[in-house]
Amino acid sequence: MAIDILMPALSPTMEQGKLAKWLKKEGDQVKPGDVLAEIETDKATMEVEAIDEGVLVKILVSDGTDNVAVNTPIAILAGEGEDVSAAASSAKAPAAPAQEAQPAPTPDMQAEGLADRPAPSERPQQTDLSTPAAPSVITNRTSYNAMAEIPEGTELVNMTVREALRDAMAEEMRKDSSVFVMGEEVAEYQGAYKVTQGLLQEFGAKRVIDTPITEHGFAGVGVGAAFTGLRPIVEFMTFNFAMQAIDQIINSAAKTLYMSGGQLGAPIVFRGPNGAAARVGAQHSHDYAAWYSNVPGLKVIAPYTASDAKGLLKSAIRDPNPIVFLENEILYGQSFPVPKLDDFTVPIGKARIHREGKDVTIVSFSIGMTYALKAAQELEKEGIDAEVIDLRTIRPMDTETIVASVMKTGRCITVEEGFPQSGVGAEIAMRIMENAFDYLDAPVIRITGKDVPMPYAANLEKLALPNVAEVVQAAKAVCYR
Amino acid sequence: MAVAARKAGRAGAGAANKTTSTKGSTRGAAPNSPQFDKNQDLSAYNEMLLIRRFEEKSGQMYGMGLIGGFCHLYIGQEAVVVGMQMATKEGDQVITGYRDHGHMLACGMDAKGVMAELTGRRGGLSKGKGGSMHMFSKEKHFYGGHGIVGAQVSLGTGIAFANQYRENGNVCLTYFGDGAANQGQVYESFNMAQLWKLPVVYVIENNRYAMGTAVSRASAQTDFSKRGVSFGIPGEQVDGMDIRAVYAAGQRAIEHARSGKGPYILEMQTYRYRGHSMSDPAKYRTKDEVTRMREEHDPIEQVRRRLLESWKLSEDELKAIDSRVREIVNEAAEFATHDPEPDPSELYTDILL
Repeated sequence: MAIDILMPALSPTMEQGKLAKWLKKEGDQVKPGDVLAEIETDKATMEVEAIDEGVLVKILVSDGTDNVAVNTPIAILAGEGEDVSAAASSAKAPAAPAQEAQPAPTPDMQAEGLADRPAPSERPQQTDLSTPAAPSVITNRTSYNAMAEIPEGTELVNMTVREALRDAMAEEMRKDSSVFVMGEEVAEYQGAYKVTQGLLQEFGAKRVIDTPITEHGFAGVGVGAAFTGLRPIVEFMTFNFAMQAIDQIINSAAKTLYMSGGQLGAPIVFRGPNGAAARVGAQHSHDYAAWYSNVPGLKVIAPYTASDAKGLLKSAIRDPNPIVFLENEILYGQSFPVPKLDDFTVPIGKARIHREGKDVTIVSFSIGMTYALKAAQELEKEGIDAEVIDLRTIRPMDTETIVASVMKTGRCITVEEGFPQSGVGAEIAMRIMENAFDYLDAPVIRITGKDVPMPYAANLEKLALPNVAEVVQAAKAVCYR
Repeated sequence: MAVAARKAGRAGAGAANKTTSTKGSTRGAAPNSPQFDKNQDLSAYNEMLLIRRFEEKSGQMYGMGLIGGFCHLYIGQEAVVVGMQMATKEGDQVITGYRDHGHMLACGMDAKGVMAELTGRRGGLSKGKGGSMHMFSKEKHFYGGHGIVGAQVSLGTGIAFANQYRENGNVCLTYFGDGAANQGQVYESFNMAQLWKLPVVYVIENNRYAMGTAVSRASAQTDFSKRGVSFGIPGEQVDGMDIRAVYAAGQRAIEHARSGKGPYILEMQTYRYRGHSMSDPAKYRTKDEVTRMREEHDPIEQVRRRLLESWKLSEDELKAIDSRVREIVNEAAEFATHDPEPDPSELYTDILL
């Protein structure tokens, strides 16, 4: 059968080009890989290679022809033993397939210096281009009762967040031999912040692994191990250092399940202290909650209490998805009651109403909760009954709990230590607009860290962080008091 | 010159077989290349030809607008992955960068599924959601398909870590190019791999150009086999156009890694005939250079000559192989052209488990 050789495109954006030169002539025998011709655009030159074997029976577009449209037949190739004259005549029928515009080129193509014109292409029969609804607007409202996480009558023991995190890891490591911990100083040193204290002694060096100072590398090693089904807990000494590794967290851990069509996931937990400690300067004080919460394919957890830290870390280790678990150095030493249960877990993606109230909703997470709770006490003295929601998980965000509360109070303020622009508070405000705009009696106010790199001087650092007075003032403002 | 990083006491049994090469140029079959038997040559020919024809077809379909975005062809480098796969055993893993079609075919992944992924159709190996650079198969132990240059090196080191953790005796072949060899995480990985004696073979496919930048313009040390010297990782330069040399070096390296001695570096001196990606104007090298490589060093032609001259196969027998391979490729192209695009409902699937 005669084969039409078509004008190829150098890129999806090329529409036409010049047929600069034929390197084979009519009657020549050609083999796959033989260069038949050269084509040119204003950006590049390219060789047209033969894909099939046969005789070049007819050249349809001669040397030096400009503006040859992509997919135009430029020559006819006859198969071996074929009647050449028949081949030539049979090829008169138009051969180019029906064409339709292709989507606009990606920025990557433009970055490679390509023209930004759509290219012709043969498209499959798929005309339904309506986008399925994104699951951001609530359609099914279900009520979740976080109080039921701890059965009534359960004995509570006081424990620091640090101990709760350690216990969570130890319990999961006892249960599942595929769980291991790696990071800087996690083993011999017993953890830079002593979170992994005692793990080396109980589980040995095979499962509690000191790494070199090499965040990018060991994050990748962790993700690779997770691809095979192991369940690594990768500790970053602080999430500030995870900036070195963020490519592996996002490009490798978060995206691979999708890119593989659901075949290959990464059951991995990246954990460590996040945000400001005290007087450690701009490079050691960054809050990354908003950053990671921007990424589909990740779950992002930021607990406040020891009980949530324990229950959520256990759930995170069991979860088949990549999880960013943001701790806080200042909270490590704080004590909270933790249920004394053999296997206490807290579900990911559920906020908890830490304090019920009816006048204003305050949404916060992690150390932001300390400002929120103190503010609620102050407000109570002034006769304002604040409801305080601890998000606990930043992604997926429990919009239902926030919205239900705002429908009740009609007012909302958010509290976080991170920067204001594109922050968690901004996201919460938007979700309220999408789901409860008509219930609002005042605009949402966000209390955040100030829009500056963290200063070192004690007075300036204090100014850069949120404070209780700001939260109180904002709550009074939305209550018009 | 060829094996600078090899340390006394670490040398594998096959040290005498190593091929030699001079800086920056790839030699043809070295006179001391280990010999293949007829079956090995036949199998090598079949597999390399499948990759060659598949890639030529991909290029053609890209030209027709059926394949979008980036498309990096493996034409010219076929002996590297086929020779290495011949040296593996069941369960050994493979991970590579974005020039990955050849690796997938050599791992035994279905040509139809690969081609349909290139065209972004629902029958693609990633359901059309990954594209040319992102395909995976747990069943065939192929871990991608990664688009960030060098990222696969730490990931592959992690897969090797998992092999050691599980004590399963498997080795992870971690491929990257001469360009990726300058990324920082490569050396972070080398350090951990040697520190922990992980079963990983780093296969550096030196095709002499990182996109449009010649090795000598980007690398202070152009002998990539030496890149592990400061970690004590042995390495050797291999004629990556001669599948026999690749296979022999692969056996040495894999044996080293499997026996618990840690990582091994193989610099495969190879050449890509086509541009970096389809949209490469190729102004950074002369046409003569490409022609010379194709005419004098083609990995498939070398095997073809042996099949005709040493193994006395007839032209007709070779033609029969060619048409079988062509049939597989044509079927794949046919499927990839007519398979429907993914259902719109797939937009929100496979984000989380």
